[in-house]
Amino acid sequence: MISIIDSGGANISSIQFALNRLGVSANLTSNPEIIVKSSHIILPGVGSAGSALQYLKNNALIEVIRSLTQPVLGICLGMQILFDFSEEDNTECLGIISGRINKIKSQDKQVIIPHMGWNTIENIENDFIMKGIDPQSYVYFIHSYAAPVGNYTTATTIYGSPLSAAVRYNNFYGTQFHPERSSVVGSNILKNFLEL
Amino acid sequence: MLAKRIIPCLDIKDGLLVKGIQFRNHQIMGDILEYAKFYSDAGADELVFYDITASTDQRIVNKQWISKIASHLDIPFCVAGGIRTLDDARVILNSGADKISINSPALENPRLITELAKEFGNQCVVIGIDSHENQNDYFVYQYTGNPSKMRPTLRRTQDWIREVQDLGAGEIVLNCMNHDGVKNGYDIKQLTLMRQITRVPLIASGGAGEITHFSAVFNVAQVEGALAASVFHTQSIQIQDLKKYLQTQNIRVRL
Repeated sequence: MISIIDSGGANISSIQFALNRLGVSANLTSNPEIIVKSSHIILPGVGSAGSALQYLKNNALIEVIRSLTQPVLGICLGMQILFDFSEEDNTECLGIISGRINKIKSQDKQVIIPHMGWNTIENIENDFIMKGIDPQSYVYFIHSYAAPVGNYTTATTIYGSPLSAAVRYNNFYGTQFHPERSSVVGSNILKNFLEL
Repeated sequence: MLAKRIIPCLDIKDGLLVKGIQFRNHQIMGDILEYAKFYSDAGADELVFYDITASTDQRIVNKQWISKIASHLDIPFCVAGGIRTLDDARVILNSGADKISINSPALENPRLITELAKEFGNQCVVIGIDSHENQNDYFVYQYTGNPSKMRPTLRRTQDWIREVQDLGAGEIVLNCMNHDGVKNGYDIKQLTLMRQITRVPLIASGGAGEITHFSAVFNVAQVEGALAASVFHTQSIQIQDLKKYLQTQNIRVRL
């Protein structure tokens, strides 16, 4: 059983549709009992860090998510809130991955924010969910905040400076890009995740 | 490195794909999903679906077709037309659209931009601007989907771009009306001017007729994306050919 955590943001159905295209169905749920029994869990997120955390708090999901031992995939904001803290709304996040989410720096107005569109991923580590993904593959990004490159980084992208495109800590995976909107490359990453 | 985006725009009227010239005389071109899949397979980076009847008829786009598109497409898409409230936007985003684009309703109620950005994040709030050149300046037009309701506003395009950015717009699509549908190239002069004051992604719209028009708009005006409709719908330009050409011009594209 696969669950998508209903984190209150819009745009969750596109993840559901992407899984359907892979021939699997997923529950969209904020019910802790269903979440803990799931084999794979996706934490989406569109909106702001503050509102996403508030939603998880209101639904008593903070501890539930922290204690999960099965594969969890945070997407975009869902990846960011796995970290300790986000500059967006100065939000204390889930604290699963140690580090801070910062606003993307706009040096001399050369870097336009949001980072929106197709960018290449590089420095791809030998991580199962990146299996078969070629360096320099294009994936779709749409974000204004980002994780710096750290020891949790499993792929990078360059936008002004290098940023984390994908991260991992134990069973917690995250992609800053949207695999559900990244054509064949994204679909393969989702497929790899479901095979974990 | 970030690629420049090629964005086919599909004008929707009564659930069908249409294309008019300078916003008038709309011809029916065919089924939305068929075209959407065609473009996605052809290498389009993103699609825009614009319900040209919605804003002037004060009704929201039907969400059924949005879910249908979302279930088949694995590239991002934006829906425009008649979004006047947070609830309108929520329905569209929940149906699977990645972004919403507002135009006339933002002119009626600029605060809507801020409300949408706060609720959904500014990255999914696109502001469409129809800009017309008058006496060496540029002005914003409203209700351009309907020739009988279309009218100029008193807003200068530059002022409106600054205002929508401050209010929370995450992207701007600038449709240069003098160039729309006539296929003699994007309005490089206007887009270059507006690029200098735009801090968010700027998408060029109106005037694409040949592949060299795309290289010009990327190389000279430095926009992040180029939107076009009829050259793609009539297949006078194939997206793969266009992208291969752009690559030879040292423009980074996703191939």
